[in-house]
Amino acid sequence: MCRICGCGDDYSHAHSHAHSNSHAHTHDHAREHVHVRRVAIELDLLAKNDRLAGDVRERLARNRIAAVNLIGAPGAGKTTLLEHTIRALSGVAVNVIEGDQATDNDARRIAATGCDVVQVNTGAGCHLDATMIDRALRELAPRPDSLLFVENVGNLVCPALFDLGERAKVVVMSVTEGEDKPLKYPHIFQAASALVLTKADLLPHLEVDLERIIENARRINASLDVFPVAATRGHGLTEWCGWLRDQLTKAQ
Amino acid sequence: MESVVDAILDHVDRESRVAVVRLEIGELAGVDIAALRFCFDVCTQATAIAGAELDIVRIDARARCRACHAEHHVGSLATACPCGSYDRELIAGTELRLKELEVI
Repeated sequence: MCRICGCGDDYSHAHSHAHSNSHAHTHDHAREHVHVRRVAIELDLLAKNDRLAGDVRERLARNRIAAVNLIGAPGAGKTTLLEHTIRALSGVAVNVIEGDQATDNDARRIAATGCDVVQVNTGAGCHLDATMIDRALRELAPRPDSLLFVENVGNLVCPALFDLGERAKVVVMSVTEGEDKPLKYPHIFQAASALVLTKADLLPHLEVDLERIIENARRINASLDVFPVAATRGHGLTEWCGWLRDQLTKAQ
Repeated sequence: MESVVDAILDHVDRESRVAVVRLEIGELAGVDIAALRFCFDVCTQATAIAGAELDIVRIDARARCRACHAEHHVGSLATACPCGSYDRELIAGTELRLKELEVI
């Protein structure tokens, strides 16, 4: 690649000598020279997604709907947390968008709680994006003054990058995942507003220090709200649901 | 990567070929550069961008400490401020931007 005149080896450039040494570029090749034009673009590569996420956020705000994007590894307990949360949030209208690569297993579990749910299957995709939420919302048509949960595809990495138009991202991490997960997967902890530590009833059986998980998470994000819960036993749900009700109040 | 290709093709006419694609990528953008280069080659095949050089400009990640208000470099999201505080606001380093093209 010739950096001086900016022409590339692969293009229709007449001089055929190898450009391997740093010879001075004094030869006149103006006749054959292909002029290089610089085109300034300055475009954020996530702009398309962010624009649509902005539209979704505006639509939700107009209808006083608080959207919470739940993100966690496969098996963290996102769906179980949701099932018990929905039941604990009595008196609050709840809608759910379920994201998975395949199956509608989770949507069936959520539908059994009595709330409206739409399943999004991403196929090979590893995260939900704003286009999918936009489409799902048209189908779901959530009523105003409600709470909308988006359960993202099980993945601690990619969902961190994609704005869905939500009010808050929440990391769902089980205590069995270990103390150093926030340090190993920092981006999602940085992007989140809250952390729910699930399966907290297993702590007596594990060599895991709850305080150490929280300390590591707050190294990444000092303002993270943290809720240890044991959903199947109902532990910690009151505090977590209080935070969710606050989100709804803020949207109103 | 497909969004990169779409955005580039929006800026070049049919007669042009793209020689260089310049991206700005923050140190903490969460982008694997090797994977990005691989995808670039795959996604640009049979387009006006095929064969273009992918020039990646890295941008250092910087944060402003909420405790001492100083700015500091953050090599990772778990880097503390030299004052010891982890309470900081990222002010640079998450960029993922198509900066410019060199077109012939």
